[in-house]
Order: sequence, then structure tokens, then C-alpha cells
Amino acid sequence: MKRIQLLSGFQYTLPLLIGIAPFGMIYGVLAVKAGFPPAAAQAMSAILFAGSSQFMIVNLVAAGSPWLVVVLTAVVVNLRHALYSASLAPFLKHLPAGWKAVLAYVLVDEAYAVGIHHYEREGSAGHQHWFLLGSGLAVWVCWQASTALGIFLGAQIPAAWSLDFTLALTFIAIVVPGLKNRPLLLSAVTAAVTTVVAHPLPYKLGLILAALAGIAAGLWSERQ
Amino acid sequence: MTDFWLIILLAGGLTYAIRLSFIALHGRWQAPQWFVRALRYVPPAVLSAIILPELLVVDGQVLLSPINPRLLAGTAAILIAWRSRNVFLTIAGGMLFLYLFQFLLG
Repeated sequence: MKRIQLLSGFQYTLPLLIGIAPFGMIYGVLAVKAGFPPAAAQAMSAILFAGSSQFMIVNLVAAGSPWLVVVLTAVVVNLRHALYSASLAPFLKHLPAGWKAVLAYVLVDEAYAVGIHHYEREGSAGHQHWFLLGSGLAVWVCWQASTALGIFLGAQIPAAWSLDFTLALTFIAIVVPGLKNRPLLLSAVTAAVTTVVAHPLPYKLGLILAALAGIAAGLWSERQ
Repeated sequence: MTDFWLIILLAGGLTYAIRLSFIALHGRWQAPQWFVRALRYVPPAVLSAIILPELLVVDGQVLLSPINPRLLAGTAAILIAWRSRNVFLTIAGGMLFLYLFQFLLG
């Protein structure tokens, strides 16, 4: 039963790997280009295991940003995982601390999306946490392998392929269908406009400013 | 020497703490209501703030112009995502439009 859940979680996540694999590769290529030693580039994928923030970190390091700005930006980018944590918490409350620790580690966008869908359909009785683990492991293996491939291939991937554009496209695919009401839409638009206006600021500080403006706009719009 | 390892360990530790937060504290601590409400706006706000520069900034400058292939392809992808709600179609369609516009405007 546990094995079936594990494999089933793995299987449901497979289609999403098409979006993850090119990311991981481009991340590996860019990290090495930004001066990360190969071991550090791979370690970041293993320790952070958070694609979009890893892109941001590489970008900021390449631009020579101070480490505090880099860490702060990564935290803002990953703050959305608190939402995932809050939404899964009731389904995981009966698990031992070790399980919670492992499942928190694999709680990335894709595993959350597949996992919460499963929990909302099946409830939390039985071995459902093996399903979430299977989904997380699928993303994990794909992310580590594609990072390694990117580090290995390095500069051999021509810039003309514009593979870095898949980052923006994946986020568009995640964000746009979720803009279901006025506050969410206003939040996204406000953040978008702020990030463009604030672009001349150093170290991509516009990102943090835009995130705060977007959150404020959403909360304000709720009260109208 | 850049602080590669310092950045990786700090950002990694904090990211893990964020993911573990509510899972570990469930039943023992209730987050304030305003905080939970604010969290809902984090994904659209943060991800939009990442997307827009990817579409608009060319060689470090904001290029708000109909001859910017990334802006055109990104707009097409937003329409595809809105209509189809399909991740794969959005990525594949966006890349095809990017290659098309790069070819036409090249």
C-alpha cells in the first residue's frame, strides 16, 4: 500500500517534470557562468531546492550584490512556501516529527500542487503521506539531475535558444489561472508595475519593493 | 571570493524554516489573521515581480516596444495561460511565439 502510494505520487508528478528539467539545466549553466564552483552550484540545488530563488541568487551574485541583499531576496521569493505549509499542515498533523521534517524539505511548488489536490480528494487517513513523498522525490531527482547536466554542459547550450525564457513562461502558467478575483488581480498588476518602475534601483531591490506593494494592494482591495 | 557558501546555507536554512513553519507549529500556535490573509497575495505579487522584468528588460534597459520579441511572446503566453489553464501549452506556446517573433523581428 505504501509502495503504491509512493509510485502513484511519482507518476502524477511526471508531466510537470517537462517544465522542471530545462530550468534545472539552465540554472546549472548560469550558476557556473556567474562564478559558482560546480560543487557549490550543485549543493545549492540540494540545500535550497527552490528553482526560482536559485535563479535570483545566481543573477544577483553575477551582478555583484552584497550577500545580505541576496539572502533577503531569496527569502521574499520563497515566502509563498509558508502558504503551502499552512495549507498542508492540517493533513500532516498526525505524522511523527521526522516525517514532517522530510515532507517540509520536498515542499516545492509542483509537489505542493500535486499533493494538495490528492489530500483534498482522499483525506489524510492511511498512507497518503507516501504519495506526497513520491511527488516530492520525483521533483527532487529531476532537479538534481538536470542541475548536474547543466553544470556539465556549461556554455555548450547556445544563448540563441533563449531557454532562460522558460522561467517567465512557467511562472505565467502558475500565476495567471490563479487570478480569480479582483484583489488577486490587483495584487499581481501592482507588483508588475512597481517592478518595472523600480527597475533602476540597484541589486534588484525593486523585487522586494514590488512584492510588498502587491501584497498591500491585495489587502487594500479586499476592504473596498 | 564571493560568499557562495554563506549565501547557500543562510538562504537554504531560512527557506527550509519557511516550509516547515506551519507544518511544525500546527495546533500549538495560531498565526495572526492579517498575516494569513497577506500570505495569499505573496505568490501573485512575487511571481509577477519576477515575470515582468523578464519580458521587458533588454540589455539592462526597459524596452516597452512592439519590436521586443519577449514582450510579444510573453503577452501571447499570458493569453494562452488564461484560456487553457495548461502549464505545458503555456510553456510550449510561449517558446514557439518567441522563436517566431525573434525570426520576424530579427
